[in-house]
Amino acid sequence: MNLINHDSVVKRMKPRLSKNIFSKWIFLALTMFILLILGVLLYRIFSQGFGYLDLQFLQSLPSRKPENAGVYAALIGTMWLMAVVAPVSLLLGVGTAIYLEEYAKDNWISNFIKVNISNLAGVPSIVFGLLGLTVFVRALALGTSVLAAGLTMSLLVLPVIIVASQEAIRAVPNQLREASFGLGATKWQTIVRIVLPAAIPGILTGAILALSRAIGETAPLVVLGMPLFLAFLPRTVLDSMTVLPLQIYNWTSRPQAEFHALAAAGIIVLLFMLIVMNSIAVLIRNKFQKRY
Amino acid sequence: MKLATQNTNSFSVQKMIQEKKKRKSAGGITEKIMPYILFFTAAVSVLTTIGIVLTLIFETFLFFDAVSIKEFFTGKTWYPFSETNGSFGILPLVMGTLKVSLIAAIVAVPIGLASAIYLSEYASDRTRRIIKPILEVLAGIPTIVYGFFALTFVTPILRDIIPSLEIFNALSPGIVIGIMITPMIASLSEDAMTSVPNAMREGALALGSTKFEVAIKVVLPAAVSGIVASIVLAISRAIGETMIVAVAGGSTPNLEWNLTGSIQTMTAYIVQVSQGDVGYGTTIYYSIYAVGMTLFVFTLVMNLFAQYITRRFREAY
Repeated sequence: MNLINHDSVVKRMKPRLSKNIFSKWIFLALTMFILLILGVLLYRIFSQGFGYLDLQFLQSLPSRKPENAGVYAALIGTMWLMAVVAPVSLLLGVGTAIYLEEYAKDNWISNFIKVNISNLAGVPSIVFGLLGLTVFVRALALGTSVLAAGLTMSLLVLPVIIVASQEAIRAVPNQLREASFGLGATKWQTIVRIVLPAAIPGILTGAILALSRAIGETAPLVVLGMPLFLAFLPRTVLDSMTVLPLQIYNWTSRPQAEFHALAAAGIIVLLFMLIVMNSIAVLIRNKFQKRY
Repeated sequence: MKLATQNTNSFSVQKMIQEKKKRKSAGGITEKIMPYILFFTAAVSVLTTIGIVLTLIFETFLFFDAVSIKEFFTGKTWYPFSETNGSFGILPLVMGTLKVSLIAAIVAVPIGLASAIYLSEYASDRTRRIIKPILEVLAGIPTIVYGFFALTFVTPILRDIIPSLEIFNALSPGIVIGIMITPMIASLSEDAMTSVPNAMREGALALGSTKFEVAIKVVLPAAVSGIVASIVLAISRAIGETMIVAVAGGSTPNLEWNLTGSIQTMTAYIVQVSQGDVGYGTTIYYSIYAVGMTLFVFTLVMNLFAQYITRRFREAY
């Protein structure tokens, strides 16, 4: 009575096992490949741009001569952009999140808003540029100003902030709200004094991630007609400006290798800003997030 | 007021206090108007969508005053910058977008799926905690950086391998977009595969499957809705991607199945027109909205499709 044919098991087992080992290494190799690409990308950019990266590069306006050119105007422009995007998108995003989580009834209106937000997140950024061109640049006659760019970017990153704030507010346990109500607080008092303080780390993390998306976006600003090359600084929100990604784009699209090196140096500055912002986000998340 | 008390009427003490307050003073004004103010902020996101749709529709209608709908959808040449009257057949631009997205998918789907399988089925917790943040870094790099990488690194290497490759081509931006969307496929698919319950893996292992067989025959089919949705979303990202193709793809719209020559995608055309000094109100100016509308419809359909797949084919355990 031999129910199991041992020979055939051995014969079939061998290829199955070797396939198992082989595929594991394939999966690992492909995963490592994508990490390797990241390494190559960073190495290339640093080795190309590092020579141009000095104090003079950070303090000079753009120039037709590569050795005199700098990112000062673009750096200041990026700061201006952040100064508009941060308050606008934070107010709108957190307001929306509070409404959806604390006030909205489960009806078709709030469902529609939710579906709309998730679809808005999938709209290509260049389409937001077309919206901004028609509404802010032309209809409201803001021109290629800091304000027009900032408002367009605020709408673009709005879904990111809304979703992050919603999650943060949802994570605040209901006992806190009930305790607050029990002590006689009104709904709005509870939201402002109990829910928001508890949700702030999550909201801030989302806001910083949204901001870092806003300062890296290029396409919508190109569509708005923002200048790629500007030798003066904005003084008010109605002045024209250029930002880091636009300056990098401008240098990248020139044929000379020197300008490509400048572009790489500009990219290092941009990546440095992004790394700093993301580190702050991680720090906030680790340090202040309470677990209930 | 009705809105404000709706969720709290279970707390009768609070109700009493509120009634007392109402009698005392008009201090409850904030309480009353806040829901409306918040509703207004929530409406902004809806207004944005309406704004996008209306903008695209209105300006596209103005475009169709000058160009017939039939020419736009069936015309085989896109050459708007002619002195007299340009030709506006969108097929070459769509072709450029399709070529680039197809190459991106060919690069991203195998690598993304392999990383997802590796991370969810093979990797230890420690490895996963190292690799996942790196993938997130890769996803957070601005697209202009990828564009620079495509033009100054990938294109020269490809030109060493394929001598007939032009400086601007479909291959290089396609590959780089593929690299850009790989983290998206990897992390979304990994989420879908991790949510497959362990009992199913253990069942298959107990029957004598190897790890590879568990991954391919049990986990992959169980997570298929999430995986397909992640791929569709990633390709929709590739279709809407702008800076990489604007930098490395060139500006020659054509209908040929040729990957080594210069192309132009829908997004790159919009960028090209926006950068030039095209007068407001000209046919070329309106054409970017018609192209934008086509792009919007493409991505919207794909996003809705991805949502439909996740809803319809989700396996609940």
